[in-house]
Amino acid sequence: MSELVIKDLHVSIEDKTILKGVNLTIRQGEVHAIMGPNGTGKSTLAYALMGHPNYVITKGDILLNGESILDLKPDERSQKGVFLAFQYPMSIPGVSVANFLRTAINAHRRRAEPPQEDISVLEFRKLLKSKMDLLQMAYSFGGRYLNEGFSGGEKKRTEVLQLATLEPAFAILDETDSGLDIDAIRIVSEGVNAVKGPNMGVMVITHYQRILNYIKPGFVHVLFNGQIVESGGEELALRLEEQGYDWVREKYGQAEPA
Amino acid sequence: MSKKSETDFLKNLGQYEFDFRNPDTSVFRSQRGLNEQVVRQISAIKGEPEWMLDFRLKALQHFQQRPIPTWGADLSGLDLDDLYYYVRPTEAEGRKWEDVPEAIKDTFEKLGIPDAEQKYLAGVGAQYESEMIYHSVQEELEKQGVIFLSIEEGLRQHPDLFRQYFSKVVPVQDNKFTALNSAVWSGGSFVYIPPAVHVNLPLQAYFRLNIANIGQFERSLIIADEGSQVHYVEGCTAPLYSTHSFHSGVIEIVVKKDARVRYTTIQNWSTNVYNLVTQRAKVYENGTMEWVDANLGSKITMKYPSCYLMEPGAHGEILSVAFAGPGQHQDAGGKVVHFAPNTSSKITSKSISQGDGRSTYRGLLKVFPKAEGSKSKVVCDALLLDPQSRSDTYPYIEVDAQDVTLGHEATVSKVSEEQLFYLMSRGLSEEEATTMIVSGFIEPLVKELPMEYAVEMNRLVQLQMTGSVG
Repeated sequence: MSELVIKDLHVSIEDKTILKGVNLTIRQGEVHAIMGPNGTGKSTLAYALMGHPNYVITKGDILLNGESILDLKPDERSQKGVFLAFQYPMSIPGVSVANFLRTAINAHRRRAEPPQEDISVLEFRKLLKSKMDLLQMAYSFGGRYLNEGFSGGEKKRTEVLQLATLEPAFAILDETDSGLDIDAIRIVSEGVNAVKGPNMGVMVITHYQRILNYIKPGFVHVLFNGQIVESGGEELALRLEEQGYDWVREKYGQAEPA
Repeated sequence: MSKKSETDFLKNLGQYEFDFRNPDTSVFRSQRGLNEQVVRQISAIKGEPEWMLDFRLKALQHFQQRPIPTWGADLSGLDLDDLYYYVRPTEAEGRKWEDVPEAIKDTFEKLGIPDAEQKYLAGVGAQYESEMIYHSVQEELEKQGVIFLSIEEGLRQHPDLFRQYFSKVVPVQDNKFTALNSAVWSGGSFVYIPPAVHVNLPLQAYFRLNIANIGQFERSLIIADEGSQVHYVEGCTAPLYSTHSFHSGVIEIVVKKDARVRYTTIQNWSTNVYNLVTQRAKVYENGTMEWVDANLGSKITMKYPSCYLMEPGAHGEILSVAFAGPGQHQDAGGKVVHFAPNTSSKITSKSISQGDGRSTYRGLLKVFPKAEGSKSKVVCDALLLDPQSRSDTYPYIEVDAQDVTLGHEATVSKVSEEQLFYLMSRGLSEEEATTMIVSGFIEPLVKELPMEYAVEMNRLVQLQMTGSVG
């Protein structure tokens, strides 16, 4: 049974401490929601887990199946099964979605233990089509340049397409719902549900509760001032939706200005 | 990383793929350096008519008077007295590969030329040192009157056609190196496409330098008669030597009424080669000339393919890709001169600089007063891969006509940390991620190439990137 353990994690960016001791364990098959007001470190947590070079771990550890991944580069973390759906995906001009996905799949295959053959063009086409069907995407998407000129919704859907294709052990969704209308949230969420199955651990980072109507979390955590201050079940998300974050601020003090 | 890809990676690290050499089996080599005697020797060996010897000697005089140009790349390391200006690799040119001497045939087999000829080419010419050692064209095309010969055979077999066009597009006095080429030219292709004949598969010429300190001065002349079409492709490689070699070609193209010519270069000289080339096309009524110019190799390249739009409706296009790695300076671009009304042109330049490599876009767009109603667009994009790399842009534009539509765009971008992080988060190594960004950057150009060349181009870019990320 695989698990991702975040232990007393402290993270700084340019000498400013953002995360101040986050503890969290996600097991395979579990869905955890990380909620919190803006500027409390939600995206920092996502970037630190994926290994962005500018996010410096000053204390604590991240363990994947008992092994620290702190020294691993983002690509090595990806190989081990960590995936981040970006809040703001970068555009890569001239590189088609299909070409990119095939390269990514082959990068994984070549570094698998033992190494696997590259995916055949035919096999890849079949795979891509099935995943696009899942997310109700037009096949023509595969020929478009990655995120170049995509609408907000198209970008998010493309992130989930990547998730669906790479089938990681742990997926972090960083505000995948932001900028989406309610129909798009439903489609994207249904896609995530179809992909996750019983084996994937999911961390849903969100400001709002509504995505959690579709991706049902077993665990809800409130991140505030760089720490997880409240944990509970779905009822905690509903309370935040009804009452907002004011009670969190009152109980745990004002968030420091970002 | 798997064991296999690891060893491949280490093997390729900083290595130039075409760095192999065969023994020097040349049958004649001129003395080092250049003088009248060398020029007379070349002309005598080729058994040329008197007018050509005169032409060469006048050109030599002009070359000797002209100073080395200083407006572009730094040529101070080029020692013109240290070169062999003429090296004859074999006594005869073959029409079949079996006729080519073993060591030379072996070279071209390593480069995959005979194989490519079988698969997707209409004709092949191969030059080794100073001479074409092989020339062959599909019989079908020959029957239609297509001429594809070495330039020497062109002069011998078609003296009138040759003399009508030779040096009419690029005059001797154009620059110091056109004068030099005119004095010592050897090898290159002579191509004539009769009216309305469409050559559907590319004709390819391949240029190879084998020995050190050699100068290669090929001269090509392509005439596309009315309504004809042809795609000519050239490739070039050399082994790496610690001393310099020199390649200075002159390419002249005549695109007649309604004809269409595409000339593609995939230049991959080793990084000890100075590559100074003059390529020019004169384009007549409603004709189209397209230069696709990819410069990946060489120490220094100075090359600005040009289109002279002579008559109404003529169209010129230049697509230039330059990749300057450590120690390289790619000074490339394009030149379009609008002489006639309602002519149109487009220059697209994409350059990539890496390490302390430097790429320069140098372009001239000139519109003469008579060229009313002309249109032109110039786009140059530069991509810098690291803080040490450098890119410069010199877009000269002179417009003397009324009612001209002109567009100019230039961008410089860097590979961003965020792009790399994004791609790496999907399992690509830093090197794979950078290569992907570079491939995407030149994709608009690569997709213009026939499939086989697009694949080759992507492969060369990947090779260029191998070991480049620390």
